[in-house]
Amino acid sequence: MSRAPRTIALVGNPNAGKSALFNALTGARQKIANYPGVTVERKAGRMTFASGEPAELIDLPGSYSFEPSSPDEAVTRDVVMGHQEGQRRPDALIVVVDANNLEQHLVFAQEVIALGMPTVLALNMLDLAARDGLVLDPKALEESLGVPVIETVAVRRKGLTELTAEVAKVTEEGAHEPTLPTHVDIVERRVSARAMAKGAIISETKQRRLHRGLDKVLLHPWIGPVVLFALLFIVFQAVFAWAAPFADALEGVVAALSDAVVTNFPAGLLRDAVTEGLLAGVGSVVVFLPQIIILFFFILVMEATGYMARAAYLMDRMMASVGLSGRSFIPLLSSFACAIPGIMATRSITDPKDRLTTILIAPLMTCSARLPVYAVIIAAFIPAQTVGPGIGLQGLVLFALYVAGIVGAMLVAFVLRRSVTQGAASGFIMELPRYQWPRARDIAIGLWQRGYIFLRRAGTIIFTVTIVLWLLLSFPQAEPGENQVDASIAGKLANGLAVVVEPIGFNRDMALSLIPAMAAREVAVSSLATTYAVASDDEDETAEALGTRLAADWTLPMALSFLAWFVFAPQCLSTIAVAKRETNGWKWPIVMLLYLFALAYIAAGATFWIATAAGL
Amino acid sequence: MTAHAEMSLADRPLGNAVRVVAVDWAVLDEGEARRLRALGIDSGAVLKIAHRGIFSGRDPIAIEIGRMTVALRRAHALAITVVDAPDEGVHPSGHTASEYAK
Repeated sequence: MSRAPRTIALVGNPNAGKSALFNALTGARQKIANYPGVTVERKAGRMTFASGEPAELIDLPGSYSFEPSSPDEAVTRDVVMGHQEGQRRPDALIVVVDANNLEQHLVFAQEVIALGMPTVLALNMLDLAARDGLVLDPKALEESLGVPVIETVAVRRKGLTELTAEVAKVTEEGAHEPTLPTHVDIVERRVSARAMAKGAIISETKQRRLHRGLDKVLLHPWIGPVVLFALLFIVFQAVFAWAAPFADALEGVVAALSDAVVTNFPAGLLRDAVTEGLLAGVGSVVVFLPQIIILFFFILVMEATGYMARAAYLMDRMMASVGLSGRSFIPLLSSFACAIPGIMATRSITDPKDRLTTILIAPLMTCSARLPVYAVIIAAFIPAQTVGPGIGLQGLVLFALYVAGIVGAMLVAFVLRRSVTQGAASGFIMELPRYQWPRARDIAIGLWQRGYIFLRRAGTIIFTVTIVLWLLLSFPQAEPGENQVDASIAGKLANGLAVVVEPIGFNRDMALSLIPAMAAREVAVSSLATTYAVASDDEDETAEALGTRLAADWTLPMALSFLAWFVFAPQCLSTIAVAKRETNGWKWPIVMLLYLFALAYIAAGATFWIATAAGL
Repeated sequence: MTAHAEMSLADRPLGNAVRVVAVDWAVLDEGEARRLRALGIDSGAVLKIAHRGIFSGRDPIAIEIGRMTVALRRAHALAITVVDAPDEGVHPSGHTASEYAK
């Protein structure tokens, strides 16, 4: 007898350790999608009961109550109640509470348990409780709540077997009379949460010292921001320096593959498509995987340690001065990796005007797709010298490009909040989670997902675009004595565009690279690589590093202008598509597209003329 | 009587425990009011300002309540009326009347 797999949902307060438990129960077998009609991420994975029966586990957004104060919380309520479109009502719930913060977490737990659905309570993060000298009595808690209580340490995979077994048991038993009163207000729940917590705590010591000590430094009015900026600076230096050996190795692999194809296959169009199109194009993008992984590593570690919320706190004042809040900091920081998850992360911003402003400026944060462009241009034009202990000039220029994006974003936010997204000043209320040691496993799962998404992009969009571009560049074939690029369709298209971008210092090759870069910014690099590979008939020259070719062909003002263009230009159709989905219409994505192109044009032009005037 | 004078949370110095005696919910955004209540910031809560920003208005403010640290803005703190509660440990609202008496 077979039936549809059971659906189990994880619910609980933010910072209860739900995601760690989700990772521990499902491993890397996770699927991330969106709930239909809303823009809240749906995280689902597969867990297996002891009987071998598989079940679908969904990780619901952290909530304080079923009375939602954000779109995330509304989804949690709707899924649990069975009102969420496209989502079966869960067969059982796992309420996750942080053992260290019982009197707070038991408030929402009571609300969940009072539904009378099959429910198990996971008393999580017991290791941290022990560290803080907290001794708990789960049996007492079980008695006052009327549902099974399982002690878990998600990170050490402790209590997982017991939890799974208990979930299987309550699922079989089905719904029951609620074990807790149903019509109670929040004040009454608070009173009983406190009583329950008191009854379950056998002994406790005073507050956590480590946590306090760290906050004293990290939230210090002026040491805190200094630490934050130092940290961000290290991140960007690391992205550039640490990734180099890995990127070189990947480059070597691509070059070896290209050589192997050349020696083993007869010369012809197909071979050219593989070496000049596929390997030159996709290969030159894939080599940036190490940098993307390093950037995401820092973002994930900052999230996992609890530092990200502190960063939001520290940034709140600055964000408030342009009409935003510290909450916008997290989406904007994610946008440094990619604007798409960044724009999706704006869902946690409660104020709609605030959220819209954040969406509109998210593309100004330097995403990882710009890194390939920046990296190639910087490596080709900026000498690799040091300007101070541990500070390389190349890293400094990269840092300046990031700062340009941030300053631009702040100015735009300032203007937007006083014009199109005018409204009441937004607020900022946020729980600062306890500090935690990041777990290698959770970071690894996060990195795997990000890396996979990037490679899938390289394998689909970028692959298609580079092949199409190669075709446009290779046909019609040049007459003898004629330059192939000039003869091609792409060359003709670029001629038109070149007229428009000529005043800002762009040559025809640069104009040409902007066309496919609309699909994904990093394609600009592969497009340049493809262009220069096609232009040369000599195999050795094809193999010559792109950077050297660029340094020979472009002047420094041209290169700087190209960099300035990429700081602002909305060269990413996927971002526009996501913005359309998140704002429910074409109006805002079009506003975004227009203002970003205008800014890019002005910035690139100003850079070119200033650099030329300065005699660079 | 000065020790029991009511004042706004925004005007309190760092470090002293204070009890919330009233919150002017009307001046707060509905969603924010809900969020504050959900975090246990309501009449009866005892809390402590742990950190403040450096610039104008020393905004934002981080408070300790129960085992949590919560960041909020000066605008919210202005709506929260408190009295000194020097002998109490910080905790969210929800204490019973008998506990207040102590």
